[in-house]
Amino acid sequence: MENTTNVIEMKHIVKDFNGFKANNDINLTLRKGEILALLGENGAGKSTLMSILSGLLMPTSGEIDVRGQEVEIKNPTVAKNLGIGMVHQHFMLMESFTVLENIILGHETIKGPKLDFKKAQQQIEELSQRYNLNIDPKKKVSEITVAQQQRVEILKVLYRGADIMIFDEPTAVLTPQEITEFIQIIKELAKEGKSIILITHKLEEIKRAADRVTVIRAGKSVGTFDVSGVTNNRLAELMVGRHVNMKLDKPSAEVGKTTLKVSDLKVKNKQGILALKGLSFALRAGEILGVAGIDGNGQDELVRALTGMQHVDSGKISINDEDMTNQKVRKITEKGVSYIPSDRQKYGLILPFSISDNLALQNYYHQPYSSHHVMHYDLIHQHADELITKFDIRTTGSSLPVSDLSGGNQQKVIIARELDLDSDLIIAFQPTRGLDVGAIEYIHQQLLLERAKGKAILLISYELDEIMQLSDRIIVLHDGDISGEVKPEETSDEELGLLMTGIKKEGNALA
Amino acid sequence: MNLVGILSLLVSSTFVYSTPLVFTALGGVYSENSGITNVGLEGIMTMGAFSSVVFNLTFASTFGKLTPWLGLLVGGVVGLLFSLLHAVATINFHADHVISGTVLNLMAPPLGVFLVKAIYDKGQTENITQSFGYFSFPGLADIPVIGPILFKNTSAPAWVAIIVSIILWWVLYKTRFGLRLRACGENPQAADTMGVNVYGMRYAGVLISGFLGGIGGAVFAQAISGNFSISTIVGQGFMALAAMIFGKWNPIGAMLASLFFGFAQSISIIGNQLPFFNHIPSVYMQIAPYVITIVILVLFFGKSVAPAADGQNYIKSK
Repeated sequence: MENTTNVIEMKHIVKDFNGFKANNDINLTLRKGEILALLGENGAGKSTLMSILSGLLMPTSGEIDVRGQEVEIKNPTVAKNLGIGMVHQHFMLMESFTVLENIILGHETIKGPKLDFKKAQQQIEELSQRYNLNIDPKKKVSEITVAQQQRVEILKVLYRGADIMIFDEPTAVLTPQEITEFIQIIKELAKEGKSIILITHKLEEIKRAADRVTVIRAGKSVGTFDVSGVTNNRLAELMVGRHVNMKLDKPSAEVGKTTLKVSDLKVKNKQGILALKGLSFALRAGEILGVAGIDGNGQDELVRALTGMQHVDSGKISINDEDMTNQKVRKITEKGVSYIPSDRQKYGLILPFSISDNLALQNYYHQPYSSHHVMHYDLIHQHADELITKFDIRTTGSSLPVSDLSGGNQQKVIIARELDLDSDLIIAFQPTRGLDVGAIEYIHQQLLLERAKGKAILLISYELDEIMQLSDRIIVLHDGDISGEVKPEETSDEELGLLMTGIKKEGNALA
Repeated sequence: MNLVGILSLLVSSTFVYSTPLVFTALGGVYSENSGITNVGLEGIMTMGAFSSVVFNLTFASTFGKLTPWLGLLVGGVVGLLFSLLHAVATINFHADHVISGTVLNLMAPPLGVFLVKAIYDKGQTENITQSFGYFSFPGLADIPVIGPILFKNTSAPAWVAIIVSIILWWVLYKTRFGLRLRACGENPQAADTMGVNVYGMRYAGVLISGFLGGIGGAVFAQAISGNFSISTIVGQGFMALAAMIFGKWNPIGAMLASLFFGFAQSISIIGNQLPFFNHIPSVYMQIAPYVITIVILVLFFGKSVAPAADGQNYIKSK
């Protein structure tokens, strides 16, 4: 039967990076015409394994068979010739080039010394129609949406005649509607005989799209399962290696007085265009207000305005009934704002500094940690040790540079520092970005604990699951404005998706 | 002077002064479209000027009228070899492009003067005997009005430069090589995953800029200065860089921008022969090209968009 032909067999793959085994004896089989999910936490070795398959890395040892033949994939060209194509998580596109130029690059048809644009365009239009991709090859990449850019990536792979396609975290940048369309596209591709590997850590998508799933953990194969025969809980356990609470225990909110009030907030972005167009909302003590939306709809400007890092053009921000519009960062912090930034390495931490110094960043300048500009390091270290224990930061000591910690532990350092301020308002911007399931669970619990203590929490996130699980109320940002306010128990991913794309505005019935 | 006479004087001197800029700016376009910022154009021009003058002085009697043209090639090759330093430093050793380019600029003039001292035992060379001079296109020069303005007593290298810039535009936007070169300047990592040899393309970009920059210097030395000294190339490389930016990293744009800068320079030199301009004190006319360069850089630098990965090193993981 054709269905059970193995197109790829990776056997006992080991990849050693100077003593660190990113892949340690991994096995993977891909059958013809199937969608195989590759599941694992961040750092489990998924990307390394796929880089080996696509010729970007060479394995230290192990064997790769493609269509029954043992091969050595020395570079991307070899992979291409074997019919292996990869759609990267961060799109590999030239923004200022046309779709056509992006697709043909490296695989150009030429007529004499000249590029044959006409023939290439014909081929691309054919492929685009055949797989329902609807792409105009003449448009510039910078002019099309992220979902369309992903289709360009798919076309790139198809144009090279690939019949083995690897997708690295393909849905991370898509809205729920776009995800549905994407899954339809890959199912269509599989039906046409393409074999697909889907790298992901989203269990829900595996259920919807994949036939089988291979789980890897800490560089090792855990096993391969038929998706129909395994539950999400079981998959999560296999991935993390211990029991995981999938459902958060969330008591009902006990809402107090208004902590944050934003009225008619207008903020211009760097190009001088209004990024926030008169935003108004209120956040009360003891509740979590989720801010949903697609990246780039004003989230950055909102957070920067609230934390005092960006000039507010008009409107008012009050915290505990005091006007905090265009105040200095430190004044806002001292008024009672804790801030967990979205990019921990860029804005949250000073990477070469020690853990203890990073933990002291918000209080080093006052008693008891310093007096008359002289730092009291003994107290700072002592306090750091307390926080390390309290927040379960996994490290060998507080003097270690924070850059040596894993992503999850770096995030814990920020959370420890910010929650230690005991502020009334906590602004959490993408607090679990790039973290694994275990760390996400921990951070979500911390936020819920703060909520129980009566803190007001503003949660800005691009992860719908996170917003849905934690929020008491959800506002959706679209194009610098609130396109709707919903309650998580009364809404659906679909409705949020429509609000996020601005198709549905508040008050309109869901079509 | 009648109008045709004024125009033909203006056009021919604009041509003469812009030709070195056109070649050098085209070089900049190729280097930066491959992703390597090249502020070393000034130094490359200096080496081109130096080597072409030495060649011209040595072989004028052997090659006669052909000497300056061969001098261009010599200047180009020496410029190419000199730019190899920049290529190795930035591509293989991931040096900062501006620092590496500055090294070329700091190194070239003293090196040239040192070698002049070593060869001729004096601070600057003699004047060359075979310079480009003026050229009339047979036939075309006889066309009424247009002929005297564009084709009579004009600069032959200028016409070569204009044709070369059109060819280089075509190569950059219509051929496989051009597409791959631009891809390396736009997103080298993506280009790599598509099987493009990023290091190779970037070498090509830098070496082409070395060749063209060397030609630019050789044109200047053999058409304008006539000898080589420490003050032969003083800012023309940076003007070419400005022309490249003003021309939006596009060969045709760079050529037109260079013509404009050449016009500004020629005004400062022939201004006293022109009505109206001869009333302006000469010192203003002399600083005008530099002021115009600075003003244009200030006005356009923020707005015109460089190749996205221009100036970024690409380190391939193993």
